[in-house]
Amino acid sequence: MDYSTLLQILDSTLRLATPLLLACLAGLYSERSGVFDIGLEGKMLVAAMCAGAVAFYTGSAWVGALAGIAGSLAFALIHGITSITFRGNQLIAGVALNFLASGLTVLVAQFLFGQGGRTPPLEGAARFNPITLPFADAVKDVPVIGTLYAEVISGHSILVYLAFAIVALTWWILYRTRYGLRLRAVGENPAAVDTAGVSVVGLRFSAVMITGVLCGLAGAYMATALQAGFGKEMTAGRGYIALAALIFAKWRPVAAMWACLLFGFFQALALRPDVVQAVVQVKVPVPFLDALPYILTVLVLAGFVGKAIPPRAGGEPYVKER
Amino acid sequence: MDRLPRWADVALVPFVSLLLAAIISALVIIAIGQDPWEAITVMVQGSVMNAYGWGYTLYYATSFIFTGLAVTVAFHAGLFNIGGEGQAQLGGLGVAMAVLFIPWPHWTIALLAASIGAALFGAAWAAIPAYLQAKRGSHIVITTIMFNYIAASLMIFMLVDVLRPPGKMDPTTANFPPEAHLPSLNEIPGLNLIFTSGVPANVTFFIALAMAVVVWALLWRTRLGYQIRAFGKSEPAARYAGINPTRIIMIAMLISGGLAGLMAINNVMGEAERLLGNSASGAGFIGIAVALMGRNHPVGVVLAALLFGFLFQGGAELGLWTKIPIELRTVVQGLVILFTGALDVMVRMLLVRIFAVFRGRKLEAA
Repeated sequence: MDYSTLLQILDSTLRLATPLLLACLAGLYSERSGVFDIGLEGKMLVAAMCAGAVAFYTGSAWVGALAGIAGSLAFALIHGITSITFRGNQLIAGVALNFLASGLTVLVAQFLFGQGGRTPPLEGAARFNPITLPFADAVKDVPVIGTLYAEVISGHSILVYLAFAIVALTWWILYRTRYGLRLRAVGENPAAVDTAGVSVVGLRFSAVMITGVLCGLAGAYMATALQAGFGKEMTAGRGYIALAALIFAKWRPVAAMWACLLFGFFQALALRPDVVQAVVQVKVPVPFLDALPYILTVLVLAGFVGKAIPPRAGGEPYVKER
Repeated sequence: MDRLPRWADVALVPFVSLLLAAIISALVIIAIGQDPWEAITVMVQGSVMNAYGWGYTLYYATSFIFTGLAVTVAFHAGLFNIGGEGQAQLGGLGVAMAVLFIPWPHWTIALLAASIGAALFGAAWAAIPAYLQAKRGSHIVITTIMFNYIAASLMIFMLVDVLRPPGKMDPTTANFPPEAHLPSLNEIPGLNLIFTSGVPANVTFFIALAMAVVVWALLWRTRLGYQIRAFGKSEPAARYAGINPTRIIMIAMLISGGLAGLMAINNVMGEAERLLGNSASGAGFIGIAVALMGRNHPVGVVLAALLFGFLFQGGAELGLWTKIPIELRTVVQGLVILFTGALDVMVRMLLVRIFAVFRGRKLEAA
């Protein structure tokens, strides 16, 4: 494999890792607060549909992204009401919301556009287009580092850079702010947080809402940056890969970034089986590459590759003592 | 919180949940500019008003009984088996292995072999998550989700690279031999007077009903079933009573996976008569809705499976005859899971309030 092929693969790694990363960070907030969320997939899907539809009507990718966030927030709100207010089973609520999203997105897109559940193709300002970073053109002839900067780092949509900025922001919030401390505490021992006079319900709702916003960005990226419009089931299990990455990263933001890059790398490799074959000298079936993130996650869950211990109060509704 | 009378708990809670799901579905239909009354008419006409429609409704219900029972058994052990989809796909592989390569003389023997293959493969696919849950504490919900995706990849690999007959383009196995053809309901003497045209529902419907009885007997009439239920109610108490957690988790999940795998004798052997990609087509997930709706009791599961069979066949008719997309059934499925599974506390609170009002009136009258 030559250097330019490697750069191509790394470039698509970044593009494919971004929705995983946004969804993964989304899940991080919810799960750190003690609310399991296997509904990342559904929220992304709803956001993708809303973003695709509104970006088409308004011709603005930014307005589309806001609509995506709004759609995702609506679903996050249902998840919050179900699992925090009514203390329902969080896992079952997540499953339900995924089905609801899968059906509703097609119903609405078909009603609005009548194109078999797709939204019309987007172009121009209705999409987040690649931006060229400063000096990318100037350094692109510099060997190795210059090409790396120009080909891989530069030339992505703004949401890609935003996603990586949110990694840093999340790290700062989680480990350097009062809110972050409380968030981590409420996922481990809600009774202690309650005793300290902080509202468990309020904290958890805020976390679930942040999850909604980030899933909204992830879905908007799918429909208005990675692809040009919403298509039926377009998230294709990315919400679950993000969940896998979250576990793989043991619920930590920076590790989440590496996990998503790794899983994005697998996805990029799955698109280039010829390269994989050339490197390992054996024909690797594409389905095996598709399955790798899941297999790795099972291995991590099993504790064969480090132990993944979820937030202790995760999945359990908090009942205030009376 | 006040307790509800038993009849309300068994019948009224699921009914109100279903009613809420139906009302919201109707609102969704109105929102997309269609007529809910027309929708329900088309659904009823196409699924239960004639024998042909029933032939499809019962066919879908058969699959859902298997997957619903699978979720039920695991639920009683306190385990949420979300991997029915993958286990059902592997069951299909088991059927193909049992039927493709051995020339069975008669369909009864072929069915027996295929059932064993389906159950074994389904159980094997549940065994790894079960073992990891029992021995290493890996959350079974996450591992079974992962195994659904691994199963999907494995099936694509098997169909494209291994089982596809040479020279064929489609990623499917060869057709099963004619000796392995299961009688459809229209081919069974007696029933052929009712089902006059070819229908996909076949003899496996009766096997599904028999499995419902077996699961009931297992859970409520055997020592093992008692242990499973005790373990599901309280793990520490069961442990204290000398019940081995590893054993219960393994057995419950093997039975659950086996039941999900058995679904394949209906769709793969009974209907498609070859193994297609994505053979389970979502039935494994519907098992979750069926088990929740059926309140984890075999009788409830059979009734809920019939309801979802109606929803599936009716939904297909909607896609054919109206402008309502077939995906409406996914919406209804999601709503049913939401209301019966996650929001049952809300429904219960609502009913307790209503009952309290009625009781109050009675007291005033007395």
